[in-house]
Amino acid sequence: MRHIFGYTWVYLAHETQLPTANSFRTAYLGLRPLILTRDKHGELHALLNRCRHRAATVCREESGTAKSFQCPYHGWTYQNTGELIGVPWPDAYGTDFRRKDWSLAQVPRIETYRGFVFGTLNESAPPLTDHLGEVRRLLDYWIDRAPGGDVRVESGAHRMVYRGNWKLAYDNAADGYHPAFSHRSLLQMAQRLGESRDMTYFGQSPDQGPMYVQYLGNGHNFIDQRPSYDGAGSFWANQRPQPGREGFEERIRERYGDQADTYLDLCVGAQINLNIFPNLLLIGNQIQVIEPFAVDRTQLTWYATTVGGVPDEVNAMRMRTQEDFPAFGEPDDQANFEECQRGLAVPEVEWVLMNRGYGVEGRQKVSEDGVVTGPVTDELHMRGYFEEWVRLMSRAGAEDDT
Amino acid sequence: MTREAVPDYSDTSRWSYYVDPSFYADLVELSGEWYDDWPPCALEVKADAEALLHREARLLDEARFNEWLDMYSRECLYWVPVTPGGGDPRAEVSHAFDDRRRLTDRVYWLRTGLAFCQIPQSRTRRIVGNVEVLDEPDNGRRRVRSSFLLTEFRAGTTKLYSGWYGHALTRDDDGWKIRTKQVNLLDSEHGHENLTIVF
Ligand code: FES
Ligand SMILES: [Fe+2]
Repeated sequence: MRHIFGYTWVYLAHETQLPTANSFRTAYLGLRPLILTRDKHGELHALLNRCRHRAATVCREESGTAKSFQCPYHGWTYQNTGELIGVPWPDAYGTDFRRKDWSLAQVPRIETYRGFVFGTLNESAPPLTDHLGEVRRLLDYWIDRAPGGDVRVESGAHRMVYRGNWKLAYDNAADGYHPAFSHRSLLQMAQRLGESRDMTYFGQSPDQGPMYVQYLGNGHNFIDQRPSYDGAGSFWANQRPQPGREGFEERIRERYGDQADTYLDLCVGAQINLNIFPNLLLIGNQIQVIEPFAVDRTQLTWYATTVGGVPDEVNAMRMRTQEDFPAFGEPDDQANFEECQRGLAVPEVEWVLMNRGYGVEGRQKVSEDGVVTGPVTDELHMRGYFEEWVRLMSRAGAEDDT
Repeated sequence: MTREAVPDYSDTSRWSYYVDPSFYADLVELSGEWYDDWPPCALEVKADAEALLHREARLLDEARFNEWLDMYSRECLYWVPVTPGGGDPRAEVSHAFDDRRRLTDRVYWLRTGLAFCQIPQSRTRRIVGNVEVLDEPDNGRRRVRSSFLLTEFRAGTTKLYSGWYGHALTRDDDGWKIRTKQVNLLDSEHGHENLTIVF
C-alpha cells in the first residue's frame, strides 16, 4: 500500500463528480482519506482529510458543496483550499502560532487527463501524460465515443466489497482466459433466447479469434474485443437484451435515421477493457475504481457514466446496459477472487502460475515501443504489470516513503 | 429483428416494448407517492394485501422462483435502486431494474447451477411488517408499503439486510398481481458483498 499507492499516480475521481465551484467529495489515496475540492476559482485540490489539531477527519459527508470545513472535534476551520482560517480561542497557543503553518496537508501533485483526475505523493513522478503513455490513445478512443468527448459521472454507483486482495481484481480485468468458465452462468442465460453474441466469443477457441491482450507498459493492460464486431450498429446488435430494448430501437430508428446506429452503439460498452495501474479500470461504459481496504478486503466501485449530446433516452438505455454485468457477471468473478484468497492461504504451496503463453514460439509480438501483444487468453498482462509492481516494491530506500 | 419477422409481441418474457418513456414517467411519479400519508383502509383489504406479501416472502425464502414469477403481472418491474429511496432510473443505475424478460433471465441464471456466487445457494428468511395499503378499487390499483428485515446465510456468513418495499398491485382475472415492486435497501449505495439474492 505504501510503496504502490504512496508513490505512483493514483486515480482519484472524474472532474464531473465535482461539477460546480465549491463542490467537494471524499476519496481515498491508498488508505489515506482525502477531500477533493473545487475552490471558488474552479481549481482542484486533493486535501488529506485529517485535522491538523488531533487528526479527526474534518469532512464526513460523501459529497456536496462547501466553502469551508469545520472539524467537529474542537472546531478548527479550513477553507476548501486547505487553508486554516479559524481556531477557537487561539490565545492559548501563544503569540508565535501562525495559522498558515497548519493548513490541511495536500497531495502535492494532481493532474487531470481529459476529465480523469490523478494524484501522486511522489514529487519526482514523471508527468501524468508520460505515466499514461500508450494508454492515452485508448483513453481517447473511450472518451471520444461520446459526442464532443462529453463523458459525465452523475449517477450513483455499484459498490462491491470482496474478501480478497486488490490485485485479484486487477489480474482479472485483462484476463481473457476466464470468461468461458467463470461466466458460464451468464453465457447460458444470454443464449436462452438464442440471439446474443455478447462475450460468447470468449467461449469457442478464443485464441484463434481476432481478439488480443496487450501489456502497454507502466503497469497498464488492455484487452481489445472490438475485432469481434464489425460496422455501425454491431455493438448494439450483439448486446444482451435490456429492458425496453425493442421499442427503444424502433423509436430511435424512426426518429434519427442515419444517426440511429451511432446512438444505439453508444448505449452499450466500448468493447475494450483498459486497465490503468494501479486502481482504474475502464470496462464497458463504466469507470471502475479499486479501493484496497486490507490485505484481504477490497472495494470495487463501478461508476455508471452518461454522455452529453445525445437524446436522454440513450442515457436511460446506458443505465439499463450498465446494470447488467454487475448483476449477472461480476458476482461470479468476485466469488472466484474470494476462493483464490482462501487458496492462497495454504502455506505449503506457495506459487501461482502466470506463465500461459510464455516462451511459446510465435505467440507474442513486441513492438518498438515495448507494447507486448498476444492471444487473448495469455497471461502476459500479469507478467507485465508485476514488473512494474516489483519495480515499485523494490526501489532503493522505499522503506522511507510515506 | 423486425416487427414483420415475429408479429406477436405479447410474450413479455421474450420481447420488451412496454418499458417506454411513459412507463418511466409513471414510475417516477409512483416513486414519489410512497411518501404520501394514506387514509386507513378496510381491515379485509389490509389482510388481503398482507397475505400477498407473506406469500411472496415465503416463495422467495423457499427459492420457489417460478411460482414467485407467477405473482407478477405480464408487464411488471422488479426494481432495486442504488439511490436511496429510488431516484430517477432514466439517469441513475440500479441494483436490479428487471422487466419481465430480465426477471425470467434472473431466475434462469440462478437455475443454471453455474452461478458461482450462488454456490452454495443462499438461505434467506425475511420478516415483512408495518404494512399500509392504499386501495383504489375504481381504477383497479392498490399500493402497499411495508418494512422488511432479511437474514441471509451463505458460505458460512450471516448477513442482515433491512429496508422497505413498495408494491404497486394491479387486478387481473386471477386476482391481484404485482406490477411494480420497489425494494429500498437502507444502505443501497454503500459497499455490499455478493448482492445476488432476490429481495
Ligand atoms: S481534532 Fe480537529 S479540532 Fe481538534
Ligand atoms: Fe470476469
